[in-house]
Amino acid sequence: MSGFSAVRLLREALRGQTGWGQQWRSPDQPQAAYDVVIIGGGGHGLATAYYLAKGHRVGRIAVLEKGWIGGGNTGRNTTIIRSNYLFPESAALYDHAVQLWEGLSQELNYNVMFSPRGVLMLAHNVHDEQSFRRHVHANRLAGVDNEWLDAEACRAFCPPLDIHQRRYPVLGGALQRRGGVARHDAVAWGYARAASALGVDIIQNCEVTGITRANDGAVTGLSTSKGQIRAGKVGVVAAGSTSLVMAMAGVRMPLESFPLQALVSEPVKPVFPCVVMSNTVHAYISQSDKGELVIGAGTDQYPSYSQAGGVHILSHTLEAICELFPMFRRMRMLRSWGGIVDTTSDRSPIIGLTPVPGLFVNCGWGTGGFKATPGSGHVFAATIARAEPHPIAAPFSLGRFTTGRLIDEAAAAAVAH
Amino acid sequence: MLLIHCPWCGERAELEFRHCGEAHLARPTNPATLTDAEWAEYLAFRDNHRGWVRERWRHVHGCGRFFNALRHTLTDRFAASYKTGEAWPEPPA
Repeated sequence: MSGFSAVRLLREALRGQTGWGQQWRSPDQPQAAYDVVIIGGGGHGLATAYYLAKGHRVGRIAVLEKGWIGGGNTGRNTTIIRSNYLFPESAALYDHAVQLWEGLSQELNYNVMFSPRGVLMLAHNVHDEQSFRRHVHANRLAGVDNEWLDAEACRAFCPPLDIHQRRYPVLGGALQRRGGVARHDAVAWGYARAASALGVDIIQNCEVTGITRANDGAVTGLSTSKGQIRAGKVGVVAAGSTSLVMAMAGVRMPLESFPLQALVSEPVKPVFPCVVMSNTVHAYISQSDKGELVIGAGTDQYPSYSQAGGVHILSHTLEAICELFPMFRRMRMLRSWGGIVDTTSDRSPIIGLTPVPGLFVNCGWGTGGFKATPGSGHVFAATIARAEPHPIAAPFSLGRFTTGRLIDEAAAAAVAH
Repeated sequence: MLLIHCPWCGERAELEFRHCGEAHLARPTNPATLTDAEWAEYLAFRDNHRGWVRERWRHVHGCGRFFNALRHTLTDRFAASYKTGEAWPEPPA
């Protein structure tokens, strides 16, 4: 693989674009043994493999993916990036990610189209306003940018917003200017390409069917649909399927998996300058570079692996979008889809060691994992390499459900994030 | 949207119901003697299993009563609804 550059673009333009090769190696069969195996080829898993290969001397690394890379929640989310979480532990974790986002295209030599266009979270009632103002203050103390805008300032920042409609009046909003969106597929592909260049084997269509352990309980390898693989360490980054994979090692998880849906409209010319989230009425919206409005809906109320939620969840979100942005009432929606998100009771992720020696887990990102992709991979790689939690990851241990030191963003946000 | 059978009211639309988590989790009768790990198991750890699950529902916009149901988490199909306190039916083969 050679790097992307203006010179190379020009050369290929003159050669009729015939010189572009495969961007990452995807061996059909895994090797017999690896030092570290990552289960799950989404953004978080590929980022973990990349940072392991780049920053830690751990030997041979493989990423096993049941389907194709980036085909799960990485390809299904609404690509929102922000770090204005209430608690210092969360702000540190998500802001670590935002800082990595800011240089990611250069780091990977791959345009992930990170666009810090600002994320505006609307307040519709006094409770929202008090909660968001508290977030603004907490974020300032944590060194994370977040500011309060009154209703007129919200409208000025996002002209399509109708602040005077009566169904969901806008009292103001919390704006994080460093927040924004990125191209989700490019994140998976960029990490895959960069990891592959550092020697990581990316094995697609390879489903893990069992975890083999020694007499002392430590992980020794994996049974897969492509045969047995010996492994020194195993990192599980399987999102909605985490409970199922961990059950293969006899580990129960504090997780429940729910369908979460999103939808896109027909593409139109640029009309929407930022990201707007309304937690109270549960609607998230931004406009992609293709011109589609990207709209995030809520989770269903019951756990499911169906990857298809209820239609009434979508219609509820569209009702809210039409009230907030009357100009979108005549737009047509192109398609909707669902993904399975693994949620914890405190709505914070789990990153760290497990009761099984050699087995590590990175999960529980719930409805908001995409924004954390680089930070999650970075701290999880360090956690695997040293077999002890990275300082930023340490509060997010599996043990917090036993000690009671929860990081209760669920109560802080009162809704999904 | 699911069609859910309330054992008292019959079949109603999902919007009338609230999902209330895994069924048959009995609150420990000896809270003072429980270890932290046992509390964590009761409060947070769940099967989160792909297949037939027993779960609690409440007909919150109807009769208001709790009941249990057997549902498949891949197809979302219900096999049975049964009243609280009744033994759970065997899942279909």
